[in-house]
Amino acid sequence: MPDPSFVFAQSLSGLTAAMFLFLIASGLSLIFGVLRVLNFAHGTFYMLGAYLAYQLMLWLGPGPGMFWLAALGAAVTVALLGGLVERVLFRRLYGKEELYQLLFTYALALILSDVAKLLWGTQQKSVSRPPGLTGSFAFFGATIPAYNLFIVLLGPAIALAFWFVLQRTRAGRFIRAAALDRETLGALGVNVDALYTWVFMLASFLGGLGGALISPMRATVPGMDTEVIVEAFVVVVIGGLGSFWGTLLGAVIYGQVLSFGILFFPRFSIFAVFALMAAVLIVRPWGLLGRPLR
Amino acid sequence: MIARVPWGLLVFVAALFVPAVGSRYHTFVAGDVVIWALFATSLNLLVGYTGLVSFGHAAYFGVGAYVFGFFCVRLTRIYFAMLTLAFAQIVWAICFKWNEVTGGEQGMPEIPYPDFGFVERWGARVPLLGGWRTSEYYYFVTLVLVAASLFALHRIVGSPFGRILTSIRENAERAEFIGVNVRRYELAAFVLAGAFAGLAGGLFGIFNRGVFPDFAYWTKSSEVLIMTLLGGMGSFYGPSIGALVLILLNQQIVSYTEYWPLVLGTVLVVLLFGFPGGIAGAVGALAGRLFRRLRSA
Repeated sequence: MPDPSFVFAQSLSGLTAAMFLFLIASGLSLIFGVLRVLNFAHGTFYMLGAYLAYQLMLWLGPGPGMFWLAALGAAVTVALLGGLVERVLFRRLYGKEELYQLLFTYALALILSDVAKLLWGTQQKSVSRPPGLTGSFAFFGATIPAYNLFIVLLGPAIALAFWFVLQRTRAGRFIRAAALDRETLGALGVNVDALYTWVFMLASFLGGLGGALISPMRATVPGMDTEVIVEAFVVVVIGGLGSFWGTLLGAVIYGQVLSFGILFFPRFSIFAVFALMAAVLIVRPWGLLGRPLR
Repeated sequence: MIARVPWGLLVFVAALFVPAVGSRYHTFVAGDVVIWALFATSLNLLVGYTGLVSFGHAAYFGVGAYVFGFFCVRLTRIYFAMLTLAFAQIVWAICFKWNEVTGGEQGMPEIPYPDFGFVERWGARVPLLGGWRTSEYYYFVTLVLVAASLFALHRIVGSPFGRILTSIRENAERAEFIGVNVRRYELAAFVLAGAFAGLAGGLFGIFNRGVFPDFAYWTKSSEVLIMTLLGGMGSFYGPSIGALVLILLNQQIVSYTEYWPLVLGTVLVVLLFGFPGGIAGAVGALAGRLFRRLRSA
């Protein structure tokens, strides 16, 4: 039996990873739920969020609150980019085959990741942790960085805010209605085109925010986009594509399986996660908390 | 008239002359094209003919497909694409981590060419068979195998079996209704496509003188998907044309810039918005228009 403080630290590190994944995967799941397309470019939005946070930090300089300003600015910029792409290009593919939409988001990922490479080079960039969250806490004999703890608390807060918007506001009701029946919603006088742009922007915002917030913890490098998109993809498949709570559950399961998998079979922890995903897809293709597609 | 010309045979014969006419580099590029043509055509059997979008085709570039297929065809549409991606990731993870068998991250370098000594000894007296380099013998072997496979695939697509696959793509429910066991046919298509992809993978491993886990990563699968789309999914030879064009383009671009993905992405966007039928579709439409104009004139 391993030391309890070690187990605690391990599960908390899994939870930190899970909260990041939740932020990113919830955007992926939102786009899928409403637009019925798997957005391969979502991971690239996340990477752009990290790079933009780094760039804004350079411009803003050090100072209290500058990190938060940079993170917010990065997320908003990514959201605007997402909205632009949806308006100008993606919109034209709605009536076409799924494969075309899928390949378009893939093309977007290819292009944007190379543009990021052109702008920021291949060297890794790092952002220092915001003042006030640089220390660490001792819990049950384990040392937890304050920033990680902040993320673990922020995750559920954003989840709640997101849930509130979806369930309790007029815009949220429209989004849920659009996921069920687009045409009827349009017939009832709702501007569905604009709604889709907003959904795309909101999802891109969440991806960009995830990238900006992770920049103090992990180095920002090219290739982080394809890595995260596969992770986020596993999360939404386990939890259920288009399901809000499913995404949260999937992220938590993913984080725990990965962080404890490393203890038991170090070499095959990635394998364990993918095997879990395949098992879910075989038994419940629509995910643990998702609903089957019509 | 145009359709009567045995284009496949002409291309095959022309390809046979590549080592004689061109340099070593040309033979290398031609070998690359031939192998990828088979890979893309095998994918087209799934995507173009049966309507199953596979994002994990590269995984079968080295591994058999039956078990995967069994699970995958139980799902439809987007779930199928997801499960193929999941399985592809598992295969990739195994290749990446199982050092004893696959060499892990390092892959398996220095795979030898098969021994062509007997051909050299025996062929030295036959005018055209002697005096080639080992890599050129390998090119001929590849060419013959790929041509035979493409011929077989062509027959499969044109057979009643192939027609049933097309009917599944067009309307799976109706196919089920007239008594087609959709799952069984989809599984058969999956296994067939996987087998030909496996052959292409084996040929490529020797051609490339090594196997690396990169081959099974999902981005490879999407590359071959792009070849299929570039050439034209609807037509049989489309994917081969796509493989040819994309590889030639890659050879040209890579010598100028490292930003190949940027070019690839742009090509893809232009295709999706401008030429959804791919090169074959665009040429077909152009030929049709010319033909009509000639007739009316």
